Amino acid sequence: MMEAATQEKITSVINEKFEGEIIEAGMVKDFFTLIVKKEKIVDIIRHLYNHSETKFQYLTTMFAVHYPDQNQIAMVYQLHNLATNQRVRLKIFLPADNPTTPTLTTVFSAANWMEREAYDFYGVISEGHPNLKRILNVEDMLIFPMRKEYPLEDQTREDKNDLMFGR
Amino acid sequence: MEAVSSQISVSEKPDGLEGQGFFATRLDKVVGLARKNSIWPLPFATSCCGIEFMATMGAHYDLARFGSERLSFSPRQADLLMVMGTIAKKMGPVLRQVYEQMAEPRWVLSVGACASSGGIFDTYSVLQGIDRIIPVDVYVPGCPPRPEQIIDGVMKIQYLVENESLRRRDSAEYKAMLNKYGIE
Repeated sequence: MMEAATQEKITSVINEKFEGEIIEAGMVKDFFTLIVKKEKIVDIIRHLYNHSETKFQYLTTMFAVHYPDQNQIAMVYQLHNLATNQRVRLKIFLPADNPTTPTLTTVFSAANWMEREAYDFYGVISEGHPNLKRILNVEDMLIFPMRKEYPLEDQTREDKNDLMFGR
Repeated sequence: MEAVSSQISVSEKPDGLEGQGFFATRLDKVVGLARKNSIWPLPFATSCCGIEFMATMGAHYDLARFGSERLSFSPRQADLLMVMGTIAKKMGPVLRQVYEQMAEPRWVLSVGACASSGGIFDTYSVLQGIDRIIPVDVYVPGCPPRPEQIIDGVMKIQYLVENESLRRRDSAEYKAMLNKYGIE
């Protein structure tokens, strides 16, 4: 559980340079989570990286989430300060029709493969990425399979019909 | 010495004419007999079926009893491609290239539900059966199959190897079958 003073410190570090960018801040389970506006996300993360009070200099992970009801795709960034062992999660929302966000590789080299993964499975385009192509799936795949608009099962099968599975 | 040799079983000789100092039989019977008992398998093991295959090769089940103890880790010297495990769609072209690199005559044994049909992985990333990209001779069901079942599959391959016509691989039907898979 992160102390209130630490949460306050993180939000004030963001607010001193990026006033009004935070949409929502609070604990999700036991993880301090900030929902921020999408435009300045890279600058905010760079600020948290450089600022002497926060020093979030390790990118634990980043990934996408599809919210089909809101027609939005969220990008989630999890940062870690290894010196003080504090973590923070930043979340931005992108329209599912055109999920485009600037690349984070300018701050963290580790973002390279993670952004390729987000592109591979969700179609999130990281502008300025040095090598934005599919990372895990076959390159001639036409869909972004982890979006909830696609059925999980392979649609090219003809031998598995509903009758055989009692559906 | 006498006791050991009496424990060794020797293959039945094929039908033929026998007399003093000669034995005449059909060439394809002799070739089939030789091939059957010296199949070099190429293990293409990707998951848990591969673990069962390790048990099959171990001392307890011992595939050497069927003349297949010499695994070939190059497709160019292999007779039998044993596909054991889930084949992702991204692995498909690799498997196909391995098959294409094998010299004729070649056989394919598909071990387990995943290799045969995709198994439980009915999903966008998994090949729904290797017979979508290469021809398969024998399927072994199971998830994973026990070593006895794998041996049963190898024995069925042995039956095919023994009884295959020497001209089958030159036939128009065989070429048409390969063409259906887009090979040659």
